[in-house]
Amino acid sequence: MTRSVKIASVAAFLAIVFIAVPVLISVSGRFDLYYTLTSVALLSIASAGVWLTFYIGRINIGQGAYALMGGYVSAILVVTHGWSFWPTLPAAGLSCAAASVLIGLPILRLRGVYFAMVTLVLTEVARLLALALPITNGAKGMVSIPLPGALSIFGLTIIPDFATLHNARLAFYLLAVALMVVCFAVVYRLVHSRVGKLCQSLQQNEELASSIGVNIAYLRVIAYAVSSFFGGVAGAIFAAISQSIYPSSFTVIDSVNFMLNCFLGGLGYVFGPMLGTLVLYFGWDLLFQTGRFQLLIYSTLMIVLMLFLPNGLLSLAATTRKKG
Amino acid sequence: MEQVIANGFYLGAQYALIALGLTLIFALMNVLNFAHGQMYVLGGFISYTVYGQLGLPFVVALLASGVTLAVIGALMEKFLFRTVIKRSLREESTMLLAAATAFFFDAVILLIFGEKQRGVPKIVKGVFNEGGIIMPYDRMVVGVLALVFIAAFVLYMQYSRVGRAMRALAQDRVAAQLMGVQVDRYSMIGFAMGAMLAGIVGGLLVTITGVNSGIGGPISIKAFMMVMIGGAGVVGGAIAGGFILGMMESVGLTVLREYGDVTYLVIFAALMVFLSIRPNGLMGKPWG
Repeated sequence: MTRSVKIASVAAFLAIVFIAVPVLISVSGRFDLYYTLTSVALLSIASAGVWLTFYIGRINIGQGAYALMGGYVSAILVVTHGWSFWPTLPAAGLSCAAASVLIGLPILRLRGVYFAMVTLVLTEVARLLALALPITNGAKGMVSIPLPGALSIFGLTIIPDFATLHNARLAFYLLAVALMVVCFAVVYRLVHSRVGKLCQSLQQNEELASSIGVNIAYLRVIAYAVSSFFGGVAGAIFAAISQSIYPSSFTVIDSVNFMLNCFLGGLGYVFGPMLGTLVLYFGWDLLFQTGRFQLLIYSTLMIVLMLFLPNGLLSLAATTRKKG
Repeated sequence: MEQVIANGFYLGAQYALIALGLTLIFALMNVLNFAHGQMYVLGGFISYTVYGQLGLPFVVALLASGVTLAVIGALMEKFLFRTVIKRSLREESTMLLAAATAFFFDAVILLIFGEKQRGVPKIVKGVFNEGGIIMPYDRMVVGVLALVFIAAFVLYMQYSRVGRAMRALAQDRVAAQLMGVQVDRYSMIGFAMGAMLAGIVGGLLVTITGVNSGIGGPISIKAFMMVMIGGAGVVGGAIAGGFILGMMESVGLTVLREYGDVTYLVIFAALMVFLSIRPNGLMGKPWG
């Protein structure tokens, strides 16, 4: 792709998500779609994190743990310590990143299924911790978290108080989509930088990379920390939207779904997780009308997709381009 | 304490049998079978139907569970996993397929058998009560049967022609192929055997704990843990992992009772510490 095509497609994407979608929704009157699309945006942020760990050659089924942790950090800071929502967002991300460095240093030495299974267990650990710790309020969870307040710098209000807004759903949608755009820009930049090439060398052969002087231990911890940061931020916003967080807000199923989003979109493509999340989430929602056959049809479609497009949905575009 | 250890042994025998199937599939195909717990549930429901509903002898029910699951496993390997492994650029793609099949089995089980908890009449009545150990006879029968199946499996893998071929495949796929082992055929047999083991455990355990459609996922997670403790893809490791987890669960539930529901938290935390010291489990090959 040439530079101008890239810029044009980014501009088109921004125009669609920030202008066309809100306009279409207000025309059609389907305001419930805001909630769906906000969820897709947030889940794709967390999935982008998982994708980044795939990029260094690790199967991460532990993103639910960080999403849960981010949600709790934000909720506790807001409810117990009276913080405003906005500073808790980076706080949630940073504390997840810090935790992931501590956890990642030992477990990133594992590879393949061992790493996958340890991260799966990590999700369970997070849920059980949330149940057992006194600060998280156990199974009752944290409820009636206030909506995000106003954010102002030097007396200038940048973001209005969500509680006073006529349409808080739209505000959350814009917030989530803006963050999604930023996150994917970061991932894109990271992948196409020198560090990205180094990460790719980890994916292919760690020993070889290490032998030519790549600091593999440092790189994989960094990638994992960025990944967990995304998970924490997504979890924090989820807690703010639903105004509640429970130990069961993010479970093993969510962790597995984050991973599936990446697979479905395609592991070789930066925007794979975004497309994968959109398709999986909407697919599940659309099948709701089929009632008790929902899971059956959903899983059958997934198997069929896997049989014919095992390298993800975006591989379809790649092969047609190669042929043409 | 004798009671706790006896319970641990009983749990361990079942767990080891579950883990064996999972580790066999992993060793041969490098596939992490997410649907293992669902296969177990399916086996349980088949035994429930044959033994509990139709009233046929328990042995027939167990046989039906094993055979049905073996057929399902063979078909899954032939038509799903083999195709995807061939077409996919990255080996991990099979995980999406495995997760999808897990969802599929969940849906099928729910549609056919419903969401109720199902149990069957006891196979043997009475309770063993001597030397401070209390254990119902049916549990002892099931525990002994599990041990018999484990022994049979190990002997089969060790001494039969099929077993030798599968061990060769697990060691080095390419080398085995060069020596004239029919890779496709033995992969299919291996997958079928792994699925069959899951079905047999399901059939055994339905007589004691009953079965319901929701327990597949948690069983899979437990099986993953056992395989991790022992080392992925190693038969001895799976057996060791099963007994260790069974024992930890039994001891933990007694010792940690006063601290509330923290047994699994402690087990998980211990597992993570253990794996950071020994990344390949007790006897796993490196980077399985």
